[in-house]
Amino acid sequence: MRGISKSFPGVKALDSVDFTLRPGEIHALMGENGAGKSTLIKVIAGVYEKDSGSITLEGKPIHFKAPEEAQNNGIGTVYQEIMLCPNLTVAENMYIGRSHSLLVNWKQMNEQAERLLASLNIPARATQELSSCSLAVQQMIAIARAVDMDCNILILDEPTSSLDEDEVHTLFALMRELKERGVGIIFITHFLEQAYEISDRITVLRNGKLVGEYETIALLQIELISKMLGNELDDITSLKKHEPDVSDVSIPVFEAIGLSSSAGVRPFDFTIQKGEVNGFAGLLGSGRSESARAIFTADRVTGGEVRMKGKRVKIKTPLHAITQGIGYLPEDRKGDGIIEDLSVRDNIILTLQVLNGFFKPFSLKQAQEFAEEYIERLNIKTPTADTPIKSLSGGNQQKVILARWLLTHPEYLILDEPTRGIDVGTKVEIQKLVIALAHEGMSVTFISSEIDEMLRTCSRLIVMKDREIVGELRGSQLTESAVMNVIAKGGKNRWAD
Amino acid sequence: MGRLMKRFSHLFLPLSVMVLLIIINLVKGADYFRITMVNGAFYGNIPNIFFGASELVILSIGMTLVTAASRGQDISIGESATITSAVFVQYVLQANEVTLLTILVAFLLSSVVGLALGAFNGTLVSIFKVQPMVASLILFTGGRSIAFMIDGKLSPILANDLSNKIGTVIPGIPIQTPIILTVVFIALTAVLFKTTNLRLYVEAVGINPNAARLNGINPKKVIFLTFLIMGFCSAVAGFIAVNKAGRHDSVNLLKLIMMDAILAVAIGGNSLNGGKFSITGSIIGAYTIEMLNRTLLRLEIEPAMIKVFKAVFIIILMVVASPVVRASITKVVDKIRPASVQREGSVPLPIANRVGKKEE
Repeated sequence: MRGISKSFPGVKALDSVDFTLRPGEIHALMGENGAGKSTLIKVIAGVYEKDSGSITLEGKPIHFKAPEEAQNNGIGTVYQEIMLCPNLTVAENMYIGRSHSLLVNWKQMNEQAERLLASLNIPARATQELSSCSLAVQQMIAIARAVDMDCNILILDEPTSSLDEDEVHTLFALMRELKERGVGIIFITHFLEQAYEISDRITVLRNGKLVGEYETIALLQIELISKMLGNELDDITSLKKHEPDVSDVSIPVFEAIGLSSSAGVRPFDFTIQKGEVNGFAGLLGSGRSESARAIFTADRVTGGEVRMKGKRVKIKTPLHAITQGIGYLPEDRKGDGIIEDLSVRDNIILTLQVLNGFFKPFSLKQAQEFAEEYIERLNIKTPTADTPIKSLSGGNQQKVILARWLLTHPEYLILDEPTRGIDVGTKVEIQKLVIALAHEGMSVTFISSEIDEMLRTCSRLIVMKDREIVGELRGSQLTESAVMNVIAKGGKNRWAD
Repeated sequence: MGRLMKRFSHLFLPLSVMVLLIIINLVKGADYFRITMVNGAFYGNIPNIFFGASELVILSIGMTLVTAASRGQDISIGESATITSAVFVQYVLQANEVTLLTILVAFLLSSVVGLALGAFNGTLVSIFKVQPMVASLILFTGGRSIAFMIDGKLSPILANDLSNKIGTVIPGIPIQTPIILTVVFIALTAVLFKTTNLRLYVEAVGINPNAARLNGINPKKVIFLTFLIMGFCSAVAGFIAVNKAGRHDSVNLLKLIMMDAILAVAIGGNSLNGGKFSITGSIIGAYTIEMLNRTLLRLEIEPAMIKVFKAVFIIILMVVASPVVRASITKVVDKIRPASVQREGSVPLPIANRVGKKEE
């Protein structure tokens, strides 16, 4: 693939990216959120049409307009979410939608499936119901389906994200088997160790641009991290950070001991002082969001205890957390943040209204005053307070959610990726706001996949890797290379140095 | 003016249907609006519509809330009403003398039963995550048999003076009692919305339950509450229906009324997939359906054919109101309208959506 570009309204998702896959090669595609990985594979798989550039397959130029065309040309894709039918048998899943005749030869189909499963060493029987297989086996069956359609290019989009360690190894064995047969595999993962374990080459994307293609053996983990995160200088003048008042340090505003949640984050300890801005640093999938969600009980908390200003409190639901003065801006703005059909006004007053009580609705006048105050204070661009939030741009939607929390005057505010997918101007505004809030005495946890943003705003960084805390940095230690060093050296590491 | 139009745009469909029906009726006979005084009360086409639609209006209010919060429908409302009214009738019949207090206690008792039935459906939907239609299928199937058993396998007659007054008119008041009761119920609903955050909670849960939960709203409780309200609505509707009829016919009382209630919600411009809702729309929708039924009768269509005509009418209505047709109408309107008049300031919706979906 040469010079592939793809734009969506308002965003250039891919900017002349080159990508080469050789036969019998496992090629890891890496990058942070918004890097363009998904867009790239969707162009290869024919889901999106490219805007410009050329794709050649075995020397022949090709141009896919539909996923079926890609499939017919031997490109199979297995997405992160398994797209099979759990209530059908393994064999049915492997052959569904592939026969053009109305009649099915069940015996022949089951025999064929059985042979294929055996040849790939997949521990499943053709007649067994798919839902009775483990996730890893289901994943492998999806792969077998793709392989049986004579594919010589296989795209695996985060196949390991919901698998445990043993399952990952079973999957890797299958991938090696296919590699022996000459299938080229594109492997997307957020787990660095897995990329090092299985891939021959690594291509790194960042912000829709190609950073480079590297031999896995020749690339140090720390180099990979720095390539993924980038270190472009922004035009932001360095913001003045707020250091918490030392006299207050004795009693933290919030303290967690051995906190763990159903989302799989390992038990961790955490404190934050009055007026402190700290952050969870780490790559995607490192557990930084899961930790924040555990503090707010957005996921079910499975263990540990929590103290607010030294007093032990029980927080079992988000409502308890809100009543205790904790605010949480979620990572997934669309899924967890906005109530899309409701007006900007209703979205702003929502949480304060809930705190105020079911039987004490604000008058329309009062609600309008709240909304207008924060529309002005945060410079939210909306035609009126009555406009549905869904017709605002991403940055303005995010400001509305921020306004919602600021209106409740929390003592401790967690911001998970507040700057994702929004324009640079708003990003700077949000960072300035965070520092201003800290000056007023609010404690803030700021999480971002852009490390420089965190270095600018946080006075302490808690570094995470593979769902546990691997280090903590503060003061003069706060540099990008220090963060990368901690990530690279932390945890069960086999490949660095 | 433009803002006013925008605010009531969701009522466009039910109101235009109503206008259409009025025109048809006026063509059939110019005396459509004539109101006569019989025994000191108003009668005529229009009062009859208000009289006939009482139960449907009350049930469609509950249905609107259930739909908005749970993104599904309760199909057991007619059966719930049959059970609650059976309890009502039994309590009234065992009394030596039927006083206002008897009726009141009987009504309260039937309301408690209604709340219990609502709680049953609500528990299945909110806690056990059963789809609303499947959950209410249980009562839909068994409800009338339960009512039949409460009746003692008879169809008891309510032959007291008070029931007669509730079902028809109170001497001295020119408006039929069920109409008054419906108006009171609508007023109480308005007060409920004015004094609580019910609308905000229900809409938030119906649109995005995840976000609602993270902002301190318990979606389970809200969905449960809407089913409780639905149960109470059923009890009130059953109360009116049985007093109107004067006897408790557990086989035919409010039979298949959930179809009309769901239709009223849809005609009212509400999405059957939950979210934002308009009670006013549903109420107008309910009256429109009653109007349609009576128009078909007035046109002297053979009783056996009435349902066919109703079906055809509804098909046309739903196609006209479908997003596909609406979008193409909007397109045509936009073409005719000069560009300068078009609303400025807000980002066109499809783009905002696509940008949102762009993430990895």
